[in-house]
Amino acid sequence: MEEIIQHFINGLSIGSIYSLIALGYTMVYGILQMINFAHSEVYMMGAFFAYYSAKFLNLEKSPSYSTLIIILVITMILCSLLALTIEKFAYRPLRKQPKLNVLITAIGVSLFLQYFAQIIFGADPKVFPNLINNQLLFEVGGVSINTFDVTILGVSLLSMLGLHFLVYHTKMGQGMRAVSHNPAVASILGINVNRTIALTFIAGSSLAGIGSVLVGIKYQKIEPLMGTMIGLKAFVAAVLGGIGSIAGAVVGGLVLGISEVLVVVYGSSQYRDALAFGILIFILLFKPAGIFGKNTIEKV
Amino acid sequence: MNALKTPILSAFIIILVASTLGLLTNSYIQLVLLFLFVNSIMGMSLNLINGYTGQFSLGHAGFVAIGAYFTAILTTKLPFPEGILGLPVAILISLGSGLCAGLVGYFVGLPSLRLKGDYLAIVTLGFGEIIRVSLNNITFFGGSIGISSIPSLPELNLGGFIIDKFVISLIFATFWALLCFFVIWRLLKSSHGRGFLSVREDEIAAEAMGINTTQMKVQAFVVSSFFAGIAGSLYAHFTNYVSPASFTFLMSIDAVIMVVLGGMGSMTGCLASAFFITLLPEILRSLKEFTGGVDLRMVIYSLALIFIMILRPQGLFGEKEIFHLWRKNDKTTP
Repeated sequence: MEEIIQHFINGLSIGSIYSLIALGYTMVYGILQMINFAHSEVYMMGAFFAYYSAKFLNLEKSPSYSTLIIILVITMILCSLLALTIEKFAYRPLRKQPKLNVLITAIGVSLFLQYFAQIIFGADPKVFPNLINNQLLFEVGGVSINTFDVTILGVSLLSMLGLHFLVYHTKMGQGMRAVSHNPAVASILGINVNRTIALTFIAGSSLAGIGSVLVGIKYQKIEPLMGTMIGLKAFVAAVLGGIGSIAGAVVGGLVLGISEVLVVVYGSSQYRDALAFGILIFILLFKPAGIFGKNTIEKV
Repeated sequence: MNALKTPILSAFIIILVASTLGLLTNSYIQLVLLFLFVNSIMGMSLNLINGYTGQFSLGHAGFVAIGAYFTAILTTKLPFPEGILGLPVAILISLGSGLCAGLVGYFVGLPSLRLKGDYLAIVTLGFGEIIRVSLNNITFFGGSIGISSIPSLPELNLGGFIIDKFVISLIFATFWALLCFFVIWRLLKSSHGRGFLSVREDEIAAEAMGINTTQMKVQAFVVSSFFAGIAGSLYAHFTNYVSPASFTFLMSIDAVIMVVLGGMGSMTGCLASAFFITLLPEILRSLKEFTGGVDLRMVIYSLALIFIMILRPQGLFGEKEIFHLWRKNDKTTP
């Protein structure tokens, strides 16, 4: 029993990271109807931004919560700038083009960042600095809970609440929802569509930046190809929850994280990566709209 | 050029050219030459789905892997005949590889082709990865070590006159590449081909015109995966070794780049870019030391993808074929 709870907690912490990244996919999909393949690479670059900013500011030897917050803020800003650049130079010129072309461009951007990062940062893995100390917080029965798990869960919960506030309780969020509903009408009503899309990219990539720092804390190893797998899984999480739905992305991420840990414990760790795709194919075949998604009717 | 219309004469010419090439080149250049054909078949077959039917498949490496493993297992677990009997057996095995991949293509395509655009891309990507992960874990397929010592095509001994195995391989590859080209070419000029094109242009309108779009897409998918299987079979014969590491996402991306670069809807454009993409890594090989072992070609490919999509979304050749270039003011081209 204790074992199951322990696995559950592990699954929850990895799942909440998936959720954070899935939110970026879901928000961009909601507003532009495109899968932003480069999102996982923004996440990967975030890990390197955090690594180099910690080095630059000499914070790698002083683990504390203020260090974590400083690094988080820097990473969020840099990730947003990167995503805005991508949006401006790669996606904006294609906004009127067929979706297939945007998809190919997104794959191109993703590949470019992967290999560019390998040339700039080197292909070998790097050890992420200790931003906070890991210690045992408390132990109930056989279940031990340590600082990392609590931090990861806490930070992701806070950022998700922040996103919820932004989308549902601010004027900006109202604009975002309006554009995702119908960009043409929204622009007639005086909403600056370009600025709203930029804001969506900022919000999504900030969450990816937070996710990358959390992954760095948990696994302590970063490399230029780290984005591919986690990006695909986060995308699966977004589809599982219903792409375009914010609550769906969170639930999908948690479900995927927990089921993945269970597969590793009770099955084979080899099939961990195949599980995500299995879930994806299953969902797309039987409930393409996802758990929280609405079925849309195609208009001619 | 009229001589090329007689099959026997053209076969003789191919043998002559191939023998000269075989005498003049070393084994490295020979392998690159053979890979020109493998990649051409891969690119042409993917063009049928991505270029002509307008569906986006990212799992082509999965079908190539199925063909390659089919050939690898049949030729290593069963005795592969030497000499004159080897060639028909190799043709049969390649055909089997293609059929096997086509069958899998049918079962993948039937459910997933109800999906559109982005979703289909992700499902096919996932399918390719599932195949790779499975091959990695099943001991019958050699696990991550793969299968080695796959026999090459045998050399022929025609009464003391020995035809080198490179020449045989080249003829074999030419045969399948030509078959692939003409099957797809003729298919596109048929009513089925018009159906494929109509699905690409406007799926809803095609549906309204009474075209069974799902059936069209599945047909294109099966033919495409058939030839991908053939490409896999050739791959296995030419490299003598297959492992799951050969059939990664990057191979699918290579195929996609061939289609996008050459023109989504141009057979010869696709062939041209297949040649370009096979030769580019060999040319860039010497640059590797400057970049610390990182493959510079992927940076070039990805930038090419982005710029082509922004500046010339229909690909370099678009709907045109290469021979339209010297046919001026041709109004008959689509």
